[in-house]
Amino acid sequence: MKKYLVSTVAAAALLFGAATAMAQDVDPNAKQGGEIVITYKDDVATLDPAIGYDWQNWSMIKSLFDGLMDYKPGTTELVPDLAESYEISPDGTTFTFKLRKGVKFHNGREMTAEDVKYSIDRVVNPTTQSPGQGFFASIKGYEEAAAGKADGLSGITVVDPLTIKFELTRPDATFLHVMAINFSHVVPKEEVERWGADFGKHPVGTGAFKLGEWTLGQRLVFERNADYWHKGLPHLDKITFEIGQEPIVALLRLQKGEIDVPGDGIPPAKFQEVMNDPEQKARVVEGGQLHTGYVTMNVNIPPFDNVKVRQAVNMAINKDRIVQLINNRAVPANQPLPPSMPGYAKDYKGYHYDPAKAKELLAEAGQAAGFTTDLYVMNTDPNPRIAQGIQQDLAAIGIKANIQALAQANVIAAGGEKEGAPMIWSGGMAWIADFPDPSNFYGPILGCGGAVPGGWNWSWYCNEDLDKKAAEADSIVDPAKQEERNKMWSDIYVKIMEDAPWAPVFNEQRFTLKSARMGGDDSLYVDPVHIPINYDNVYVKDVQ
Amino acid sequence: MTNPTVPDLASPALSAGSQPPAKPRPGVLRRLVKRRLAVLGLVIIAITVLGAIFAPWLTAFGPDEQLFDGLTLSGEPLPPNVTYWLGSDLLGRDLLTRILYGARTSLFIGVVANGTALVIGTLIGVTAGYLRGWIGGALMRFTDLMMAFPALLLAICLAAVFEPSLWIVALVIALVNWVQTARVMFTQTSSLVEREFIAAERTIGASGARILFKHILPHLVPTIIVWGTLGISTTVLLEATLSYLGIGVQPPTPSWGNIIFENQTYFQAAPWLVFFPGIAILALALAFNLVGDALRDILDPTQRGRE
Amino acid sequence: MIAYLGRRIVQSVLILLGISIITFALLYLLPADPVRQIAGRSATPATVESIRRQLGLDQPFLVQYGRYLANLLHGDLGRSYIQRSEVSQLIISRLPATLLLMVGAIVCELLIGLTMGLVAAVRRGSRTDNSLMVASFVGVSAPQFVVGLLLLYVFAVRLSWFPIGGYGTFRHLVLPSLTVGIMGAGWYARMMRSSMVDVLHQDYIRTARAKGLGRLKVLLGHALPNAILPIVAMVGIDIGILMGGIVVVESVFGWPGIGQLVWQAIQRVDIPIIMGVTLVSALAIVLGNLLADLIAPFIDPRIKLR
Repeated sequence: MKKYLVSTVAAAALLFGAATAMAQDVDPNAKQGGEIVITYKDDVATLDPAIGYDWQNWSMIKSLFDGLMDYKPGTTELVPDLAESYEISPDGTTFTFKLRKGVKFHNGREMTAEDVKYSIDRVVNPTTQSPGQGFFASIKGYEEAAAGKADGLSGITVVDPLTIKFELTRPDATFLHVMAINFSHVVPKEEVERWGADFGKHPVGTGAFKLGEWTLGQRLVFERNADYWHKGLPHLDKITFEIGQEPIVALLRLQKGEIDVPGDGIPPAKFQEVMNDPEQKARVVEGGQLHTGYVTMNVNIPPFDNVKVRQAVNMAINKDRIVQLINNRAVPANQPLPPSMPGYAKDYKGYHYDPAKAKELLAEAGQAAGFTTDLYVMNTDPNPRIAQGIQQDLAAIGIKANIQALAQANVIAAGGEKEGAPMIWSGGMAWIADFPDPSNFYGPILGCGGAVPGGWNWSWYCNEDLDKKAAEADSIVDPAKQEERNKMWSDIYVKIMEDAPWAPVFNEQRFTLKSARMGGDDSLYVDPVHIPINYDNVYVKDVQ
Repeated sequence: MTNPTVPDLASPALSAGSQPPAKPRPGVLRRLVKRRLAVLGLVIIAITVLGAIFAPWLTAFGPDEQLFDGLTLSGEPLPPNVTYWLGSDLLGRDLLTRILYGARTSLFIGVVANGTALVIGTLIGVTAGYLRGWIGGALMRFTDLMMAFPALLLAICLAAVFEPSLWIVALVIALVNWVQTARVMFTQTSSLVEREFIAAERTIGASGARILFKHILPHLVPTIIVWGTLGISTTVLLEATLSYLGIGVQPPTPSWGNIIFENQTYFQAAPWLVFFPGIAILALALAFNLVGDALRDILDPTQRGRE
Repeated sequence: MIAYLGRRIVQSVLILLGISIITFALLYLLPADPVRQIAGRSATPATVESIRRQLGLDQPFLVQYGRYLANLLHGDLGRSYIQRSEVSQLIISRLPATLLLMVGAIVCELLIGLTMGLVAAVRRGSRTDNSLMVASFVGVSAPQFVVGLLLLYVFAVRLSWFPIGGYGTFRHLVLPSLTVGIMGAGWYARMMRSSMVDVLHQDYIRTARAKGLGRLKVLLGHALPNAILPIVAMVGIDIGILMGGIVVVESVFGWPGIGQLVWQAIQRVDIPIIMGVTLVSALAIVLGNLLADLIAPFIDPRIKLR
């Protein structure tokens, strides 16, 4: 692990006092300079932080822009970023941030608190059509601003050019995470107005890198921001992203030394081969992801309205075999949260693989003869295969599941209908956390708020009690009480598993293969927040 | 995809001068088997049909059976060996079994989709050719319109609108492939209608329906037979392509195209998973092309147009 | 001539209009909701509705189509729902790749097909003739994605003669062009053979031989030019058939053309891109047909433009 100078009093002082700036020391082994090449298959959609929301552009945006908060590299620990320090009021509804002085945008202008307010107002403004609008719902004035009736959020006040204050309608324990998310990253008004809807192709931020060149469909180049406020970062001078490279081609080029990291990962067909070669295996970093793959069961559609049937499904799936189908690149899951998420219930055993018991449960539910149903799945590999694996397991206990392999958007549409899809395999659409907080796995996909037409709670599970507990847990803003909060969330998810609206199947592991010249702590290569790697903090060893 | 063996009829300017054929003479089959290539085609078709029918008896496994021994411990498929003659696929299923059952899918869709396309195309083409006037004109303008539609994109959009099933796939293919048939039928019917004996029948006072059924349709039969055969080839290829893109036949029903789709990520390590089904597709399409081409030579030599 | 051209242009415009309304209607009928794709998974229902209103997707079908058409007449193909960039920009940036592929394919088709047909005609009835004709049938019956994967495997993976997909140099162009071109080559081979056979039987060929001109000279100087003409007229129509293959081939080879663009757009229900690429493809087909029809009379004076 990297060594950082962490203020030891910080943890205790957080509630009533100011959070001191965590002086993040830079890795002393890092060399300055050098360039790397990263490949991707798909074109980058957009680099506008208010709009970009796919796993490919997420960390690219993090390198071009900054937000008030960020995470310690390689971890899920929150640290102040553009903010030098912050204060939280005792009742947890007011957050005041003091900004760093002298932070410059790539166009030379100094950043102020006005820019922070502008950026967040912009995301909430309906004309921006930002997918992240809802994250700011706890700020005062959200309703009016989101409806377009007000020009900005009344709850955000610019106290002075370096101080900004947020007033919330309720205490929100996730607020600091929201300040770290891409949607909160700061953009310069003049550039947004200059480029309009094309700002996504001409991004200007305060980040460690700036955009050098972008040839659509072929290449993007990031260049080091020499004026970056965090001295010593980034280490690299240039990152070239080559687009349109199939994963197998990327791997071959890596083997020839032409590229440094295949952005889409190791292709499944080559996985065994790579892991069997000690030289290549040494350059593979394995890490967890904040991801869970699960089967949803619609509680509105019989017989899934009977909890015993749902529990039977949980026991019928041979998770080890499913993991084998994807070359053991995952670990079986027994609860909604992934192991690396705070709040993960380590001691929870979950449902074992036991087809005999599953059949018993079905009989108890009055379904001894089995039944026919539909299993929806996204039609890109490997999901239809996984669905067929699940189908076979279900057939073994008498459930005949017909597979509906549709385009992603069609599956989402079916899931959002009250009696649309009885079962859905979430692969390809599986939940990866927006930020490393247990609440992120609840609201849209398991809470009552998501069980609406067009929602993402495809099991239509709505437990009012749990909703209340969730809101309670989220109002525990006090950092000293985080353990208690995490425990509350663990309990919530264990209770959910008792009701079994889901059958969690596996948590995907991440395997990053890098070239020999790349340096930096391993955790940077499986950074839970920056995928595939933490661009700002990695370096190359062969700089002259 | 349009069948490229009759390109000239796509353009009105170049279709001048094609004559409608004489009625089919007896002994077509005999003449057919004298041609070596046609025989090859018939043999392939026969093998496919027999394989499809007798699949359950020819193999020890079920097409959907995911066998534990079918994969290595790390989830990789097995190459052809003693147990799995053509190897196993990515779910541990026997490839030979899947290919044999896949023949059922290909034949089913080939016949149903092509049959439907034939019916639609003939209805539209003959109606337009017989009625002429503004109805005929409108129908042919519509046909021209559909011809300018990029076929695969149309198929993809149609497939996305409906919930997938074997019948829907057949329907989608039919809706894309009827256009060529319509055009051909139109041209044939128009020429026939202009022929003297039709005029003669009219003066005698024969009803429209009588003329249509007794004099026109019999002359169209050879064309229908030829197009019916050639069309199956196009249909097989289109179904394979749609399944390859993931929007055709639904798993676990095996189709040669979706076998390739499911297994293509492994094609470097396990190329047999792509090539065995690929050869099957090629063979069936080739067979129908050979037979259809021979039929055209026998029944309707003038229809080769500018060839 | 002008009158004919004028009429054809009007027809083409009507055809494109028809295609635009059919495509728009199909996309409108999709059960998938594009707004949900844009809004992402953390969006509240209020956000989703707000985006829907912003994009005008809550309007009835005819209003939406009317708006699209009005923009189209100004050359505005709209903005991608997902990328927010202008569709025309996206298409223009990728069109050269697709056009390059088509040119490559046509070159392959003609080179391979015409040579095969020529040789087959000259050696009519021989085993060479038979083999070539069988080969041409195989070419026409082979599914393009299988051919593509086969060529990739043999020549790029195993032999490393060519790069494994991608774009940039001439060597990247060879395998994809061959893949698209093989089907057409089979077709041209058969057409060329018939055409050559016809021409070789003509009187003027016998006269040329009788005059003492060498076989090769007669073949290349007299027969070939006359045989080729009707085939060249077909190239225009070819474009339509080639258009059908680009989605698949660009996907197999990772070729950054409009086929790949529209395939990604279909996955994400990015309607403006799907509309744009469909219209551009249809335009290419229509122009190709028009070209073929215009050339035809110059080749065969018997044909009159109707």
